[in-house]
This record gives sequence, structure tokens and C-alpha cells, in this order.
Amino acid sequence: MRLSRRARIVLRVAVGITLAFIYLPLVVIAIYAFNSSNILAWPPPGLTTHWFSQAFHNSGAGSAIVTSVEVGLVATAVALVLGTLASLAVARHRFFGRETVSFLVILPIALPGIVTGVALSDTFTQVLGVPLSLLTVIIGHATFCIVVVYNNAVARLRRASGSIEEASADLGADPLQTFRYVTLPTMRSALVAGGLLAFALSFDEIVVTLFTIGAGQQTLPIWIFNNLFRPSQLPIVNVVAILLVLASTVPVYLAHRLTREEEGAAALRGGGAVAEATAVP
Amino acid sequence: MEAAEAAARPRASVSRRVAGLFTGRPRLTVGSLLAGPLGWLVIGYLGSLAVLFAASFWNVNSLTGEVSQTFTLNNFKTLVNEPVYRTVALRTIAVASAVTVTDVLLAFPIAFYMAKVARRSGKAVLVVAVLMPLWSSYLVKVYSWRVILSSGGVLDWALHPLGLKGPGYGNVAVWLVMSYLWLPYMILPIFAGLERIPDSLLAASEDLGAGPVRTFRRVILPLALPAVVAGSIFTFSLTLGDYITPELVSNNEFIGNVVYSNITNNLPLASAFATVPIVIMIVYLLLARRLGAFEHL
Amino acid sequence: MRQMLFWKHGPSALVTAAVTALAVVLIAGCGSSSTSRNTQMLQSVGKSEGQLNLVEWPGYVEPQWVKPFEQQTGCQVHNKDAGTSDQMVLLMRTGQYDGVSASGNATERLVDAGDVAPVNVKLVPNYATIFSDIKNQPYNTFGGVHYGIPHGRGANLLMWRTDHVKPGPQSWSVILDPAQAAKYKGHISAYDDPIYIADAAVYLKAHQPSLQITNPYELNSKQFSAAVNLLKQQRPDVGEYWGDATKQIQSYTTGDDWVGTTWQYQYFQLAGKKVHVAISPAGQGFVPTEGATGWSDTWMISSKAKHPNCMYKWMNWIVSPMANAEVAQFFGEAPAQSLACQPATLEAAAKAIGYAPDPHFCDEYHAGLPSFWSRVYYWRTPVANCGDSRGNSCMNYNDWVSAWTQIKG
Repeated sequence: MRLSRRARIVLRVAVGITLAFIYLPLVVIAIYAFNSSNILAWPPPGLTTHWFSQAFHNSGAGSAIVTSVEVGLVATAVALVLGTLASLAVARHRFFGRETVSFLVILPIALPGIVTGVALSDTFTQVLGVPLSLLTVIIGHATFCIVVVYNNAVARLRRASGSIEEASADLGADPLQTFRYVTLPTMRSALVAGGLLAFALSFDEIVVTLFTIGAGQQTLPIWIFNNLFRPSQLPIVNVVAILLVLASTVPVYLAHRLTREEEGAAALRGGGAVAEATAVP
Repeated sequence: MEAAEAAARPRASVSRRVAGLFTGRPRLTVGSLLAGPLGWLVIGYLGSLAVLFAASFWNVNSLTGEVSQTFTLNNFKTLVNEPVYRTVALRTIAVASAVTVTDVLLAFPIAFYMAKVARRSGKAVLVVAVLMPLWSSYLVKVYSWRVILSSGGVLDWALHPLGLKGPGYGNVAVWLVMSYLWLPYMILPIFAGLERIPDSLLAASEDLGAGPVRTFRRVILPLALPAVVAGSIFTFSLTLGDYITPELVSNNEFIGNVVYSNITNNLPLASAFATVPIVIMIVYLLLARRLGAFEHL
Repeated sequence: MRQMLFWKHGPSALVTAAVTALAVVLIAGCGSSSTSRNTQMLQSVGKSEGQLNLVEWPGYVEPQWVKPFEQQTGCQVHNKDAGTSDQMVLLMRTGQYDGVSASGNATERLVDAGDVAPVNVKLVPNYATIFSDIKNQPYNTFGGVHYGIPHGRGANLLMWRTDHVKPGPQSWSVILDPAQAAKYKGHISAYDDPIYIADAAVYLKAHQPSLQITNPYELNSKQFSAAVNLLKQQRPDVGEYWGDATKQIQSYTTGDDWVGTTWQYQYFQLAGKKVHVAISPAGQGFVPTEGATGWSDTWMISSKAKHPNCMYKWMNWIVSPMANAEVAQFFGEAPAQSLACQPATLEAAAKAIGYAPDPHFCDEYHAGLPSFWSRVYYWRTPVANCGDSRGNSCMNYNDWVSAWTQIKG
């Protein structure tokens, strides 16, 4: 898109402000990962790499990270499936109570996590009599991850008219084929975005996790929660955070690649739609 | 002729036949689509909540602290009559709104840049860059903000040459931190939404004589609205339910704090107050619908 | 093609029906909340079950004394930190843990809810040599039945930055008398929990004798209002309310807060980092003139404990002289075990946790001095029954929680 020079400058400044806002706390965390004292005061009295070696030898952190990744992947997978199903129903069909579905899906993140946590915990332990474990944590996480996928998917589906799907049906494709070859590619970048955010939400969740996890297990946020209370361990927490931020670049980049092929296709499709609309019959 | 054709037509595969069941049967389609999500949400989640919220109509015996299942509206009466609960609710709504507006303003330019201006490599870099804060853990980020906002902290230190001081802890701090925490949840949906706007549409608008501002107002904004609303639902509802940030960077109570302090001993009052965010979200969704955010485009 | 009638009104009607049905089932199934106390007591300690799940205050379950325990008993310890008594109560309710280190503002709730079982003190040999003034106390013994093993006790301290608050205060009035507190506006540190109302009551006990406050946890309506009003007046002067040690340590280090109430744990951390702080009472030898609130923590066993043998072994272990001396010095509290105060034990324990040996530790913490503790009001759960001639006219814990919301606003 062609922008005037002035517009370009204004845009660049705005982007710069946002990026500065995003990175300020991360830079602070990085500085404190080298903090020679374990008290969080500014400015830090000195710098050391001592905590990095401590962090690498900390088995608690390692297993907590692995647990969090496992829980996150499964919860995201479940949320992707359920969120996509729900978004298809809501965006493509009219039925009584359509708005209720949108509302129901949002409920888990609108309520304070303590309510979800206590409610699920009571149901698991007192009503169903099942012990708390990683499975119960996954169920809890998937419940509020659904909305992340659903919202993105619905927004995308509302933008893409259903006429292309109708065309596909006219050409003889059954609903499953239409979904696989037409709808899903349309939704792909929205689903990737939803999946990434759902994973992030699960990866970072403390409260519901605290009440649905078994006694011997730890996700990363719980490990951090425990170590924040121990001032002698505080800098390791910052180290772990920074290392995770750096390690995340690869999976996020790969996830972004998944949506890249769409660019060319989208431009074509979009152009085609306009051409259709303006074509002289 | 037809018989020969019929013989020549290959037998439909199983998946095609199953899928064929759904053609022309919208209710079955909808039902099957929704069975999974609704089953999960209804049985797994709503069921759990139902008992919790039933408690909002129950009584707590002031002598023993026992919850007795006798119907009463006292809990809701308390919420209405004591002004502090209204203050807490209004404060939470105000901050949630401020956070949402702030995030939209911060997210839109960068999402637009990523979607329409950046080249391939730049786009990838920005996507990674924008999502990086998500992996550094909620508590770590909030404590980092504590360092930034403390007296003599980063913000004070930076503003000192200008003779200014940072806002310190309080509602402003909560607004800043929450805006920070949920920003990626606004950027990504808007980015995904803007990407779908065909470049040719923008070019056409330009050809028809509209300047960038007009194109933005008349073409981009309406097309991006569902995405903005999707993002705003996250920022608004995540702020409504949060109690850890208000506890760490302010002395004020938000909805989550009140629910948290009551849930152990006074479940009826806690669950009565927990209906407040539910009502707020219903109103929010209705407003969004009114504003046409859910229209098909 | 037949109409599928039950879809007629759409999935939404189905949702409503399902939720209602489920709710009815769940509510009926839940029945009445179990508020009868558990009376089942273990009669003998058998073989280790191999695992132990604990909920504790941060600092109570540390590798220095957990590893030897695991080696000796074969019970693998899994522990979960809780930041508040409320969290402990909620976590114990899930029935997933074997034991909890409960403070007095949690013990009675746990007992009344039936979440903890009585402790057979005959099965805990080290119980015999515990200081007698911690045994049979209203926060660990209910209806004459022992519900826990004392762990250690401490007083809530007054801590101040020596470079901002001069001269060193001797009374809580520095943060509770509105005129004095105003001098430190925005720099006062107060504990973020309804139980803090008792601190105001302790203050009023000394400064407003007309209120006739005797027990700061059993307040009638007039006494309670006075305490709540005092805290409402303090509110504008408060810098930060602290709920966890890290938050308070940070606020004293940065100078956001200069004076307030704290635990020994924070003082250790701050003094260790050369931050200019001083405290009273323990460690300095005096109590603020009014006395102080405090806490005496108890290890309780869950009524649904899956590993009761390991739990009994833990309870015996944590009050054994060496382990109790270690945890007391690590956390900064008076040990429950009298034998932990033997100089040789104290020194060995200090070495084990990497602290400088201090043979006078127990004296500094007044471990065996009942007269000191008579001026410390341990955390209790406020109940309506005043326990004296006033009958049932006292404020219960729910009133305290509501009042705390009003105070913080």
C-alpha cells in the first residue's frame, strides 16, 4: 500500500512507541537476570552470571517447563478442535441461542480464575471423586483456551463470506471436503494466531492450575510462584524467564511460517473478489 | 444411458457418504458441530459453576460459619446496599475500559504495519518480537513492573532529569501493567484481521481519490472491526477477573480481590459478587452486537 | 426426512435443560456441607507409604531438613507453598494433601470443616519435650482433643528504616496513631489480611481502656467498630499492604515503605543485604509497649490423608531437636522443641543451614519464656462465641473479611 511520507513517519513513530513499551519490562528482567543481589531494587548493585549456571542445574525448573509445555500443547489442541467447531456453527448458521454460545465460551476468562479453579476443583474431588492430576489441569486450561481460538476464528469467518463455500458445494464437494479445501485454509492464520495465544494463556496460568493440579506436580508458573517467595532464589526466576523468551523465538517463527503461503493466495482471492464485483457482465 | 452412467460413477467413499448426511440438514450440522464444545462447556464447566452460583442464594450461619441451603436474597442486598462493592465494581470496569482503549490504540499501528507495510522478513521478525513477552511469565512481568514503578525505580530515574515523578502504585499502575500484559492478545487478532483485507481494495480506494485518513475511516476500520472486537473481549474480560496484579501494584480492591477474600469462608457472598463480571460481559457483548461488530461483511 | 423434534428449539434449550438437570444432581449430591469435626485418630504408625504431600508456609519445608527425612523414612516429600491461610484452607479442602502447617487463623476453620483429623500425640515421641506453654492451646486443641503438633511461634514485629525513622519507635502508635502515622504518609507497611484488625485491637487495648478489650480476636460490635475505624484512618497513610514477603522486602529496599509490621524472615533478608532496618521485639529484646499479635503454627494431618504413616513420621521429625532448630533459625522463629535450644544442637543446626552459629538464639527469641509470650496474642479464628460472659455477641470471621474490604475499599 502506498503511503505518503508523512503517514509513513507517523506510523513508524507509533510502532516505535509500542515496541518500546513492549520491551521495557523485558529489558529490566534481563538486567535482573544478571543481578548480583537477590533483592529487586533499582539500580541493581552489581552484575554476575552466577545465576545462569544455577538455573541450568536447577532440575525443578527444567521439569516444570516440560510439564507446562505438555499441558499447553494438549490444552491448545483440544481448544483448537472445540473452538473451531463452535466458530463454524456460530458463523455459518443461524439458530436460536446463537449469542448464548458466544457468551458461554467467554465465561471462563471473564470470571476470576479463583472461581473457575474452586468450581472445577470441587467438582473433580467431591462430585466426581477423581484425584487431581495433569489431566484435570488440562481440562481446566482447555476450558478457557477455547474462547481464544473461537474469537479469532469467528472474526475471520465473519469476514469471509460463505459464498465461496456455497460455490464449493455447487461444484460437488461434500461438507467435509469443503471444510478441508476451502474453509480451513481461509481460517488458517486465524487458527494459528488463536493457537499461539491459547498456548501462551495456558503456559502462564497460575490460579486455576493451583487448584486443579496434583500434589506432586508443578507447572512453570507454580515453580515461579514458589521461588518468588524465596528471596534467595529470586534471580534464577529472572534467568529462566529470559531464557524462555529467547527460546520462544523458534517455535513462534515456525508457527508464523505456517501462515505465510496464504499471503499470495489471499491477495489473489481478494483481488478476484473485487474483480468479480466490478466485472461487467 | 442412465444405467450405464450409474455403473460408471464410482461408489462414494465412506467419508463422503457420512459428510453427505449433513448436506441440507443445517440443524444436524449445527448440533453435531456444537456437541463437542457445548458438551464440554456445559457438563465440564457450567455444571461446576452451577453449584457455586446456587450458593449465592444461600445463607451463612453467622454463629458457626456453616452454609445453609435456605433461599435468601441477602447476599445481593448486601452488594447493593454497601457502597464499597459498587466502588470496587466501577473501579474494575473503568480500568478494564481504559486498558481496552489503550491496547487498541497501541496495537492498531503495529498490526497495520505488520500486515500491510512490512515486507516478508520484517513481518516475521515483528510477529516474533510482539509475541516474545508472552513467554516470560505473568509473575515475572508484574514484578518487573514493580521495579519500574517503585520510588527511585526505572520510571522515576528516567523522569528525574525532567523534574517529574512516576505514577507509583495505584490504579494508574494497574492500568499500565494490564495494558502491557494483554497487548499481544489485541495485536494478534487485529493483525490477522488486517491481513485479510485485500491490497487491491486499498488501492481502489486510493484510485477513487480517498486520502489515507479517509481510506482508514471508511475502508480499513469497518473491515477490521470484528477483529478489534475479538481482541477487546480478551483485554476486557481478562482485566475483569484478575486479582494478582491489583494486589501487587496497588492497595485497591478489584472484583477478583473481593471474590478471592470471600470465597473460603463466605461462599454465598463471593459467588453473588462473581455474578457481577458475568453481567458486565453480557452487557458488553450486547453493546458490541449493537455496534454492528458481529455483522457479516 | 423426519424433523428431529428435539432440535426444534435449537441447542440453546438443550443447554438450559442439561444445566438445570446437572445442577439439581450436583446440589442434591453435595448435600449439607460437612461441618462435623473429624474424630478418627490413628492408633499406630505403620510402614512408610513412600510419599508425603504437604502444604506449608514458604520456608517451613526446605531441603536441608527434608533430605535427611526422606533418606531415613523413605517418604518422598512433595510440598506446595501457600501464601495465605485462606489458600491453605482451600487447598486442604481438595483432600489431595496429607498435612498442612496451619496458623491460628486457619486451624479452627479446618477443624470445624472436618478437613483435619485429631493427632494421637502418643505416636509422636518428640511431643513430650515441647515447651508446655504451646501445648493445649485454643488454636491447636479443640474440645480437649489435640488437632496438631506445634511447630514454632513468632511475634509480628515492628520494622523501620533507621535512615528515615528516627528515633527508633517503641510503640505501635507510630503507625496506628493518626497524628503520628501522618508523618510517614505513603510509607507505612501493613499486613494485607483481615487478621490485621487484631493489631488495631491490641493497640486500642492499651490506649483506649474504656473499650475494655481483653481478647483482640473476640470483639463485640463497639470494640470492633473502633478497631475498624482506626484502620480506616490509617488507610491513606499506608504505602503498601503486603501479602507476601518478597513484596515487602522489595518495598523496604526501594524506600517505598519505611515503617510497618513484618515477620523475622523479611528482617533477616533485608539486614543480610545491608539495608538499614531495625526491628522489635524478638532479636532486640523488647516488645512494643502494647504487646503484639503473633502466630503459633501447627502441623495438622488431613482427615483424607493418603499417607498417614509418613505424615506422623514427618510430624515427629519436624519437632525433633535438630530439625526444629534448623527451621527455627532458618525462618526466624522460636522453636517449639525445648531440646532444640541446647547449644550443641543450635550450633550443628546453624551449620547445616549455612547460618552463623548463635548459641543465644533461643534467648533472643524468648523460646522458653512464658512471660514474654503472655504479651503476644497468637492469631486465632474470630468466632461469634466470645468465650466469656458476653456470650455469642462477638464478630465472626466473615464480619472481619467484610470489614477488611471496607477498609481497603
